[in-house]
Amino acid sequence: MSAPAAILRVSALGKRYADTVAVDDVSFTVGRNEIVGLLGPNGAGKTTTINMILGLLAPGAGSIHIDGVDLSRERERALARTNFAAVYAPLPGNLTVEQNLRCFGLLYEVPDLGARIEALLEQFDLRRFRRVRCGLLSSGEQTRASLAKALLNAPRLLLLDEPTASLDPATAQELRRTIRAIATQGDGGILWTSHNMLEVEAVCDRVLLLSHGRILLQGDPRTLPGAHGADTLEALFIRVAREPLSFAGGTA
Amino acid sequence: MSPRRVAALVLRQYYLLRGSPTRVVPLFAWAAIDIVLWGFIARYLDHATSGGPDFLFTLLGAVLLWDFFIRIMHGMTTAFLEDVWSRNFLNLFATPLAVPEYVAGLMLTSILTSLVGLAVMLILATTVFGLSFFAWGALFVPFVAVLFLFGIALGIFASAMVLRLGPASEWLVWPIPALLSPFAAVFYPLATLPAWMQWVAHALPPSYVFEGMRAIVAGHAVPLGTLGIAFALAALQIVLAYAFFVVVFRATVRSGLLARYSAESAA
Repeated sequence: MSAPAAILRVSALGKRYADTVAVDDVSFTVGRNEIVGLLGPNGAGKTTTINMILGLLAPGAGSIHIDGVDLSRERERALARTNFAAVYAPLPGNLTVEQNLRCFGLLYEVPDLGARIEALLEQFDLRRFRRVRCGLLSSGEQTRASLAKALLNAPRLLLLDEPTASLDPATAQELRRTIRAIATQGDGGILWTSHNMLEVEAVCDRVLLLSHGRILLQGDPRTLPGAHGADTLEALFIRVAREPLSFAGGTA
Repeated sequence: MSPRRVAALVLRQYYLLRGSPTRVVPLFAWAAIDIVLWGFIARYLDHATSGGPDFLFTLLGAVLLWDFFIRIMHGMTTAFLEDVWSRNFLNLFATPLAVPEYVAGLMLTSILTSLVGLAVMLILATTVFGLSFFAWGALFVPFVAVLFLFGIALGIFASAMVLRLGPASEWLVWPIPALLSPFAAVFYPLATLPAWMQWVAHALPPSYVFEGMRAIVAGHAVPLGTLGIAFALAALQIVLAYAFFVVVFRATVRSGLLARYSAESAA
């Protein structure tokens, strides 16, 4: 059986909380070796969308296929192909870096776990922190530990929710390089959220601009601003955030 | 069911226990204090009422078995609460971990931690007060097994309750055994209770255990029929508690509570 072209296929996804529409008819894909930026102002529905893709929140409508596996029907198989790192989901602070990686490695049933942990400790410069409890790490070190966890199972779909938010510029640049390499060398795809538009332009192959739970625009982050009369992606982002109705017509 | 995923949950608890004496001491400290306190009370009563009932068995034996049940139940809920305290639900349930594996992990952790308490209680009761459950031989096993099953059922139920009501509802968990103990007839015959309390007691497997234990001490035959009822009740209660946990878990995924657990409400 040939592998599906899209690593992530989200179709007509919707979620309501009482009277509030958090996500409304959202459809998009993430392709193999592609980094897709999920952008939008606070409350746009980014984290709700990510939570649904992670199986932490049941969609009210629509479907999610990860590497061809329907999340609603085969949750375990779909999530075995996925992993994530988010600033709001640090690793348990009362376990050391190595202990956390070992526990999550077992949860993801990672083969040859010891060697995989060593490789990730090396890759994220965490060897000297292996016996340090995660709660004692600086925020940047915690982010690196979370990223090491996120790569434990070499996921086909990697979800990164503001992964560089607490990193210094040098570390953030190194991380972007690492993630870029993972996307191009592996056979997976990455969904990335960030409020740093320069970073998004540098990293993402494609962006989706969300507002009020809907995708208003999508395209190449380097050409999209020009196509909509904006000088930069940041300027376009601000317009989408302030005047979402003027973009509500389509997703060109 | 993946043994590796179940092992991950047990390993996590082992790491926590290994690195934290404050987690290890409660595994046996309260149970040991209970044994010492009730051991002396029983010794005094035996001395004061020589020729009367065997208080060592009826009191100290009851305390030992009841504390074992509490260790089991608290072992389950404490393992669950570790995930609440460390805000680990997002990381945990974004993995392929399935609910049966999660519950199995809690259960296995509880077995291991409660065995520590049971061992300490048995050693103290035997060496200090001369109470030997080992003299009962295989008779001891079904009594402990019923309490074990009921402890698991109640642990699953209490975890589901905290999952549904939020982190602040943790305080509701700890007094549950104390609330049940008057109905379970731990220290007195079931007939002592008023009729309505006896009806409640009949739904609680421990009441059969303690009645049975008193019957044996009084020289009667092992009440196999009532032990069978207790087993069946406890097994049914595990099934019901597990079903309740699954329903609550699905509801938290549907409402968004799981993803925003610290908010205590999805609305």
